[in-house]
Amino acid sequence: MVKIAVTGDDAVAQAAKAVNPDVVAAYPITPQTIIVERFADFVADGEVDTEFVTVESEHSAMSACVGASSAGARVFTSSASAGIMLMYEIVFIAASSRTPIVMAIANRAISGPINIHGEETDQMLFRDSGWISLFAEDNQEAHDHTILAFKIGEHPDVLLPVAVGLDGFILSHAIEGIEPVSRQEALDFLGGERVAKLKLDTTKPLSIGLLHLPDYYMEARAQVRDAQERSRKVILEVFSEWEKRFGRKYNPVESYMMEDAEYAFLTMGSSAGNARTAIDELRTKGEKVGLIKIRVYRPFFGEHVVNLCKNLKGLITIERSHSFGGPGGILSQDIKSALYGTGVSPLMAEYTIGLGGRDTLIRDYHIMYNRAKEAFNTGKNLPIYWWGLRE
Amino acid sequence: MSIELPKYKLKDLLDKPIFFSGGHRLCAGCAAGTMARQVTMAFDKPTMIVNATGCLEVASTIYPFSAWEVPWLHVAFENVAAVASGIEAAIKAMGRKGTYKEGETDIIAFGGDGGTYDIGFQALSGALERGHDFLYILYDNGAYMNTGIQRSGGTPFGASTTTSPAGSVIPGKHQFRKPITDIVAAHRIPFVATASPAYPEDLIAKVRAGLDVRGPAFLHIEASCNRGQRFDPSKSIEYVRLATETCIHPLYAVINGKYQLSRPSQRIADDPSKKLPVEDYLKLEGRWRHFFKPTKRTDLIEIFQKDIDERWEELLKKTK
Repeated sequence: MVKIAVTGDDAVAQAAKAVNPDVVAAYPITPQTIIVERFADFVADGEVDTEFVTVESEHSAMSACVGASSAGARVFTSSASAGIMLMYEIVFIAASSRTPIVMAIANRAISGPINIHGEETDQMLFRDSGWISLFAEDNQEAHDHTILAFKIGEHPDVLLPVAVGLDGFILSHAIEGIEPVSRQEALDFLGGERVAKLKLDTTKPLSIGLLHLPDYYMEARAQVRDAQERSRKVILEVFSEWEKRFGRKYNPVESYMMEDAEYAFLTMGSSAGNARTAIDELRTKGEKVGLIKIRVYRPFFGEHVVNLCKNLKGLITIERSHSFGGPGGILSQDIKSALYGTGVSPLMAEYTIGLGGRDTLIRDYHIMYNRAKEAFNTGKNLPIYWWGLRE
Repeated sequence: MSIELPKYKLKDLLDKPIFFSGGHRLCAGCAAGTMARQVTMAFDKPTMIVNATGCLEVASTIYPFSAWEVPWLHVAFENVAAVASGIEAAIKAMGRKGTYKEGETDIIAFGGDGGTYDIGFQALSGALERGHDFLYILYDNGAYMNTGIQRSGGTPFGASTTTSPAGSVIPGKHQFRKPITDIVAAHRIPFVATASPAYPEDLIAKVRAGLDVRGPAFLHIEASCNRGQRFDPSKSIEYVRLATETCIHPLYAVINGKYQLSRPSQRIADDPSKKLPVEDYLKLEGRWRHFFKPTKRTDLIEIFQKDIDERWEELLKKTK
């Protein structure tokens, strides 16, 4: 397999090129990523058949995507941060309209103050929207997720939009080698072009987006809930198919060095890379530490996390996001909910790191680990702590 | 591309199928329903409709019922032009790949005055600039009637609404209606027109022409609301006709940048004695009751008349 050296943005654009979607609608809000700029090159050079709709706002971007997807098209877009905030209304409607749009998000900090650098809070706010939400650790994963997201979202048991996260700058602007998937491989994997059974069809007129009053609204929302539940099985099947075709094995919740681990880092996205290196170094000092990585954040595979936590004395959550006034970090709240009532209850230390793109180095993981272990040894939990904050 | 308005006779139109069925829950006498029926009479090929949030959307599609007999989509309030852009792009791309087989398909986007003059304006302007092939229909009843009669950029001067109430100090809305048709025409799109359900042959011809044009088309339809404008529901069509007869809502088309009056307004241009004073219209609707009671506010009526006169004169200059 030939490898190419690309930024995360380019890796995602190359994946979109392989898929050759019918419609891409996007807007370059601040912060913009290069994903759609690269894709525009493919359009200009005739390398894709896509209609590229250069809308006048992110709100219109997601609106055009919902329109196109409702007409039966395969649709891709990308955004981040302020763009996500502006399209938030339509993000929810995309899920309830059951439009399997794929959106790459170069995860970036939310204003204010305006920042533009890496942070995952933007995509964490999709939590309650009905979207399937994936996070990539490196550029290969960002590339692969972009393609397999279409297969998950368009599955007739799912029909939900999928967000594909890659950390802003840390992945989006950093060059790594990836094995690209070709057009033929992508379309073979997806089973050809999208076939939408229910859509705007002039031969079978259908109304979509009706007013649901209290007598039907809950049932309509429950359909999104049920689709999220059904997606669990589909995600596992799609990952398994991906491994068969491309040899890269993915799980909703990944583990590293967990077999004999007494302590573990739990994180998402590119932080997992730093955690792995820190774990390798700590292991040479005899520390029994491993990694739990959340690849699929929604639906949340809580039981997979619980299984990995069974023999742990202490769990260290590290997340690049935050919730003001909440009972912990956004991710760590999910972890605690998953563990509750299972009889698996490791001590926990919760860290928020790297907001607005602040660097968190390998040595920081050592210090966070030692600080947590010290507390664990005295039987204490450590509440959420913003690592590296000047106070 | 030369654009001709088709010439319909009322008698011929009676045989046209209608794709907006009865049983919807629009109010008695609502001109939006009349307008919707007339619009669908222009259909002659596969057609899809996108509807902004508003009375027409809410009252025609209360789940599990729909009054629409063509594919219909509602997403939100402020984005109908963007949604239509996406549908048009999808049909183009899928047509190229051979996965869309219905051939040429007409797309209509419906927005009310709030969804067009105000919150949907950016999406509309963007879609016009990008040149998507669709017809945008503004049905204008002069306020946010669906949400409870709040003032919009399309509310006329002096009208009392729930957010521009006629009080003891301020006599209703103190701004004039945004000249939306001129603003849209300034985008230099091939077809822009005004219409009224009081003149169905003209309205249906303009819908057909707007759909046949390649690229964006825009139609501004006056659609009265007896609840929000406060008048007898049996007078809906009579009053929208008066809006044209007073030149408050003149009928014209801007085809490839060239303004031309439509017959009802041309008659007034030819014989100015046919131009009725705005007072004839204002006195009939409760939203201007404070112009007449407890004392007649001639000053306000004059301000209203002066604005309409100026706009009419400007239009006449453009059509010469």
